[in-house]
Amino acid sequence: MAYFSQQLINAITLGAIYGLIAIGYTMVYGIIGMINFAHGEVFMIGAFISLIGFLICSFLGIGSAPVAILLVLLMAMAFSAVYGWAVERAAYRPLRGSFRLAPLISAIGVSIALQNYVQLVQGARPKPGGQIVSGGFNLFSADGFDVRVSWLQIIIVVVTVVLMAGFTWLIARTSLGRQQRACEQDMKMAALLGVNVDRTISLTFVLGAALAAVAGMLFLMYYGVIDFYIGFLAGIKAFTAAVLGGIGSLPGAMLGGLLIGLIEVFWAGYFSSEYKDVAVFAILVLVLIFRPTGLLGKPEIEKV
Amino acid sequence: MGGRFPSMLKDAALTAFVAAALGIFIVGFRTVDVGSRTGLSFDYQFADLAVGVVAIFVGRLGLSLAAAGLRWPVVALGVAMIAVGASPLKLPSGFLHWFVALGGVMLVIRGIWPWARGTMTAAAGTPTGLALGRAGTKWFGWLLLAAAVLLPFTPAADQKTMDLAVLILTYVMLGWGLNIVVGLAGLLDLGYVAFYAVGAYSYALLSTQHGLGFWTVLPLAGMMAALFGIVLGFPVLRLRGDYLAIVTLGFGEIIRLVLLNWVDFTNGPAGIGSIPGPTLFGAVFSETPPAGKQTVSEMLGITFDGNHRLIFLYYIILLLALITNIFTQRMRRLPVGRAWEALREDETACRALGINPTNTKLTAFAIGAMFAGFAGSFFAAKQRFISPESFAFIESAIILAIVVLGGMGSQIGVVLAAVLLIGLPEWFRDLGNYRMLAFGLAMVLIMVFRPRGLIADRQPSVRLHPAGSGGGP
Repeated sequence: MAYFSQQLINAITLGAIYGLIAIGYTMVYGIIGMINFAHGEVFMIGAFISLIGFLICSFLGIGSAPVAILLVLLMAMAFSAVYGWAVERAAYRPLRGSFRLAPLISAIGVSIALQNYVQLVQGARPKPGGQIVSGGFNLFSADGFDVRVSWLQIIIVVVTVVLMAGFTWLIARTSLGRQQRACEQDMKMAALLGVNVDRTISLTFVLGAALAAVAGMLFLMYYGVIDFYIGFLAGIKAFTAAVLGGIGSLPGAMLGGLLIGLIEVFWAGYFSSEYKDVAVFAILVLVLIFRPTGLLGKPEIEKV
Repeated sequence: MGGRFPSMLKDAALTAFVAAALGIFIVGFRTVDVGSRTGLSFDYQFADLAVGVVAIFVGRLGLSLAAAGLRWPVVALGVAMIAVGASPLKLPSGFLHWFVALGGVMLVIRGIWPWARGTMTAAAGTPTGLALGRAGTKWFGWLLLAAAVLLPFTPAADQKTMDLAVLILTYVMLGWGLNIVVGLAGLLDLGYVAFYAVGAYSYALLSTQHGLGFWTVLPLAGMMAALFGIVLGFPVLRLRGDYLAIVTLGFGEIIRLVLLNWVDFTNGPAGIGSIPGPTLFGAVFSETPPAGKQTVSEMLGITFDGNHRLIFLYYIILLLALITNIFTQRMRRLPVGRAWEALREDETACRALGINPTNTKLTAFAIGAMFAGFAGSFFAAKQRFISPESFAFIESAIILAIVVLGGMGSQIGVVLAAVLLIGLPEWFRDLGNYRMLAFGLAMVLIMVFRPRGLIADRQPSVRLHPAGSGGGP
């Protein structure tokens, strides 16, 4: 029981991070129907910007952890958002109206290029991030096993919940959200009714990138070490989360992230940690084969 | 143009500003490892960033000028950038010299592009141009083939060149195999390397554990890979294009992870070593024969030379690649090949015409996998050592880049792209580090500017009425 609770806490933390990345996939897919393969790389860049941000903070002598985290959070969100915007502008927008697989191939190209750009500039070795927040408390003890919750885990979950709530509000209540949903339903009609479609799509990428950057920062704080390659695996897992929840659906992405976190942690905890990635990939394959609309997605009707 | 120049400057300034925002934390600040395990420090290299941003400003300005039709200012700007890049002037890093110079080259090309294209179109329209073009398409492939066959007899064929030639041909073969799946059938397969791995491990395991020879295993490895293609392909080929791509990526990673973790069967990350090479009618390529075997130099009565093995491998892969090519060319003319191309263009219409999409796709998938299996067992025989590391996603991406760059569906394009993407970086070693960066950027640029690839070939292989006779478009 205690072991189970501990795994559950770890799983929710991990799931929160995946959920944040998954939102970027699901929104982009919802609005322009493409898999933004480079989204994982934006997450990785967010983690790197956070790493450098923390280093600068300690260089400037900002000792208080909450201040440092807040500063780095804003910085990572802002500058990763520029990456999201630039990638869409340079590599995806010219391809609207090209053949169907063109954006995906272009996205793979962006992903390879960004990975190697960071590797060339920052080096290939794993970067230790140091501990920004430490400590925690014992939730309860049972069977001689302490169930611990670290402050960091609480920060991760709180930040995620706050951001997701804010984001849901943004999509459901603001004019930007309305435009976004209008473009999702019918881009041409939205354009006719005066919605600036290009701007809305750009903003979708910007928002997705900002959330991925937050996930990058949380990942850095949680694991304490990053390298230029983390975006690939995390990106695929988050994409799996988006598909599992139903791609195009926001609550689906959050639910999917949580489920992927649960599957990964419990598989590693109860079966074998070597095959935990295989389990996630298998889920991806099985969901796509048997239920491509995911848990909360709407079935897609192909019009000719 | 007087009124537009300020807006161009503003545009270039904006681009430079975005570039600065992109670069400031990744390029401007570098993490530095300091001795201890947890230590990490940073330093700043704003000079790098500044040169890059200025180059981007100039480049963007040049592109705007070119779009406004000003040829000579653009060329002048480009030449100036090349001069700066090539000058002994000390830029903060070697990469920046390349960056600035290549930017200049692109500007020059962009500047003279409208004029060059006009001239070329005009030249191709003249009778001589037409005849040359026709002869070129007819003979270019044969010339290339003749060059490939004669290569080992030329003085250029030292060990380094032959090694590179074998490598390029391996990628040509993989490219041709993937071309069946991606180029002809229009299925984006991101896990192609999995079948390559199946072929390689089939040969490695059967030869080291059961003592089977290369020529016995070669067809078996192809069949094994095709079987994998069918088993994995059957459930997923109903999926839409981009979902299919992701699922194949998932399969590729699953197979790699299984190879990595199933230590009893595959020896895990340590890989499989001392795999025997291919034999020539039972004779082995080595200086001293193993017990009960004959060496090739004894059999042919020639003196031993280490290069013989390499030349033999070269001819094997050349032959395998040619078989792939001929097979594909024949298949394109058969009903199933035509169905592939029809399916690529419009799946719904195919369904309406009574083509079974799943079965048709499955044949393309299995045949593509089979050729990857052949190439894989050749790879194992050549390297004599394999490990899961050789079969990562990035290999799939490289093969895909070759197919995409060459022009999906174009056989000769794949050859050119393989030479360009595999050969060039090997030749210019110091470019090797930037190879993958260039790969990624090339994929984006090709998609944006020439989505049909360098050699555009999306003509149907078979027409109802020959082109120009009035019937067809």
